[in-house]
Amino acid sequence: MSVITYREALRQAIDEEMSRDERVFLLGEEVGQYNGAYKVSMGLLEKYGEERVKDTPITELGFTGLAVGAAMAGLRPICEWMTFNFGILALDQVVNNAAKMRHMSGGQFNVPMVIRGPNGPAEFLSSQHSQSLTAYFTHVPGLKVIAPATPYDAKGLLKSAIRDDNPVIFLEGELMYAWKGEVPDQEYTIPIGEADIKRKGRDVSIVTFSKPLKIVEEAAEELAKEGIDAEVVDLRSLKPLDEKSIYSSVAKTNRCVVVDESWPVNSFGSYVAWLVSKNCFDDLDAPVELVSSEDVPMPYNHSLELAVQPSVEKIMAAAKKVLYI
Amino acid sequence: MSKTQTKDASKIDIKKYDKSFLEKLLEQMILVRRFEEKAGQMYGMKKIGGFCHLYIGQEAVSTGTIAALDLKSDYVLTGYRDHGHALNCGMDPKSLMAELFGKVTGCSRGKGGSMHMFDAEKHMLGGNGIVGGQIPVATGVAFKIKYLGEKGVVLCYFGDGAIHQGAFHESLNLAKIWQLPVVYICENNMFGMGTHFERVSSTSDFAAMGKSYNIQSKQIEGMDVLEVYEGISDLVKSAREKSEPALLEIKTYRYKGHSMSDPAKYRTKEELEAYKKKDPILILIHQMKEEALIDDNKIEELENKAKLLCDEAVEYAEQSEEPPIGTIYEDILV
Repeated sequence: MSVITYREALRQAIDEEMSRDERVFLLGEEVGQYNGAYKVSMGLLEKYGEERVKDTPITELGFTGLAVGAAMAGLRPICEWMTFNFGILALDQVVNNAAKMRHMSGGQFNVPMVIRGPNGPAEFLSSQHSQSLTAYFTHVPGLKVIAPATPYDAKGLLKSAIRDDNPVIFLEGELMYAWKGEVPDQEYTIPIGEADIKRKGRDVSIVTFSKPLKIVEEAAEELAKEGIDAEVVDLRSLKPLDEKSIYSSVAKTNRCVVVDESWPVNSFGSYVAWLVSKNCFDDLDAPVELVSSEDVPMPYNHSLELAVQPSVEKIMAAAKKVLYI
Repeated sequence: MSKTQTKDASKIDIKKYDKSFLEKLLEQMILVRRFEEKAGQMYGMKKIGGFCHLYIGQEAVSTGTIAALDLKSDYVLTGYRDHGHALNCGMDPKSLMAELFGKVTGCSRGKGGSMHMFDAEKHMLGGNGIVGGQIPVATGVAFKIKYLGEKGVVLCYFGDGAIHQGAFHESLNLAKIWQLPVVYICENNMFGMGTHFERVSSTSDFAAMGKSYNIQSKQIEGMDVLEVYEGISDLVKSAREKSEPALLEIKTYRYKGHSMSDPAKYRTKEELEAYKKKDPILILIHQMKEEALIDDNKIEELENKAKLLCDEAVEYAEQSEEPPIGTIYEDILV
C-alpha cells in the first residue's frame, strides 16, 4: 500500500488504462501542455503524445460531441470537463446523444466514454462555480454515474469506468483532489454498482456519496463520543445503485439519514430518501432525514457558503432527530 | 424569392460517365422518391405517427454525394430528414418502412422511428433529431479515422437551420485544428421549418462560414445529381488523401412541408411549381435521353422496380410483429 492523493489516484488510473488500451485517449481544456487545470493529467502528454492527449478549445459542446462520435466509431475517450459547471454547455450531447445512441439505434451502437471532472461546491467561488449538478445526470436513463470519495475508490472505479462499454459520468470534487488515502501497489479495479460500508455501526445509517463522506465520517466520530454508533454507507456508484447495501444497513439500524451536498429539490439524495422510506417502511423507527444544501445559489462569503452546505453539526442533529434524542 | 437558378445542364459532360453509373443514380433517386411518397401515404393512413420529414425534391443531394463514397471505410451522419440518406447507404427499404411503422423488425427495433435510421454495417450513423446535434458526433467519427490511420471520410449532413448552431461552429473549428477528414454538407432547402433562411442568416453564402475557419468551402446547385457528384468528389478526395475538412453548401428544395403536419403556407405555389420544373429526376432523364443513354422502357423498368420494393416494404412492415413490451428495458445499457 502507498498513501497517495485522490488526484494521483485518478492520474494512475488514466495512465494505466491508456497504457493498456491504445483506443483510450484523453481530451479536454488544458489537459495536455498545462497538465490539467487540477493537475490530474500531469505528465500524460509527455508520455503519450499529442495524438492521445488532446488540448481542446473552450467548446464543451463540440468536444463532448466529438467524443461521442469517436466512441460510437470504436475509440474509448476520456472527456475531461474542467468543471461540471461548464459541462452544462454540453448537456445536449450527453442527454440526447451519449445516453440515447444505443437506444435510438436499436442496440447497434455503444458509446464507451467517460466524462469526468470536479462537481459540487468548492470555496470562495460564488454561485456559477460552486454547485452539485449530480441529479442532472442521474436523471437520464442510458448513463452510469459514479461519485467516489477516496483515492482507493477513485482509482479502482475510474479504471472500471474506462473499461465500461457505456457512457459513464465520473464525479470528482475540487476540494477532494488533495485528499490522501491508501491505494494498493498492485493493479486492481472496483466493480461499478457496489456501495461500501465505510464505518460499521448499530444505531443509525448515514447514507452519502462523494465529498460529504468526510464530514459524515467526522460526524460519526463525534456521535460515537456521545454513545451513538453510526453506520456510514458510501454509495460510490449512483447509477446503477446498490440498493441492497442501503436496505441491509437500515434493516439493522432502523434509522436513516441521507447526506447530499446538492440542492434538496429532485436531488439524488431525495431520491434515495424516498427509496428508503418506501422499501424499508417496516424497518424504520423514524422518518428518513435528508441533509442537503439549502435551496439557494452559493454565496461568495465564506460564512454564508458554509451555512448553505451540509456540516458535521447538521448531520449530527439529523442523526439525533431520527433517534429521538 | 429565391435567387437559385438551375445550372445549364449542358455544362456537365454526361458522356464521361458509365451508363451503368448513371442508371444507378437514377434508380436510387426514383427509389427515394417512391419510398417517400409511400411513406407520406402510410402517414395519411395513420400507419406512421409522430414527426415524419420527407425528402422529396432533395434526392439529388444524398444520391449524388453518397455515390462518391466507399461505405466500407466511409461514414454518413445526418439530421432527422434521413430516409434518403439511409436508402442511398444501401439500407433495406423493408427495415426502414418497418421502423416507420414502429415494428420490431425495423432497423432500430421500433425505438427510433423516422428520425433515427441507423445501420452499423452500412456505416449509417443516424438520423439525429436535434438540429445540428449530429455535427460534433460526425466530427468525432472523423477523429477516429485519423486516430487509427484509416483512409475514410465522413459526410455530415444538416440543413440551413442547423448552420447557426454552436454545434456547427465548434465542430468546424475542431475539424480544422485537428485536420479531420470530414465533409460538412449544408443541404440548403431554403427553409428552416417555416422560416426562409435569408430572414435568419447574416449571409446568404454559407461557404463564407467555412472559409472563416480556413476550411475549403464552396456553394453548388443541388437539383442536378451530376453537378452534386462532381461538387463532392474532389472534396472527398482531398479529405481522404490529405485528411482535411471541407464545407459544401448544396442549394436544394423540398416539395413537401417541413414535416407531415406542415401545409407550407410560407411559400407561393409559383415558387414550388418553378422548382418542380427542375426536378432532379427529370433533369437526369433529360440529360441521359439527349445522349441516348436511356429509353422509356428502361425508365419504366426502374419505376416498376422501385414500386415493387416499396410495396414489399409496406407488406413486410404490415406483417411484422409489434415489439414485445419487455423490450422497453432493452438497448439502454450494454
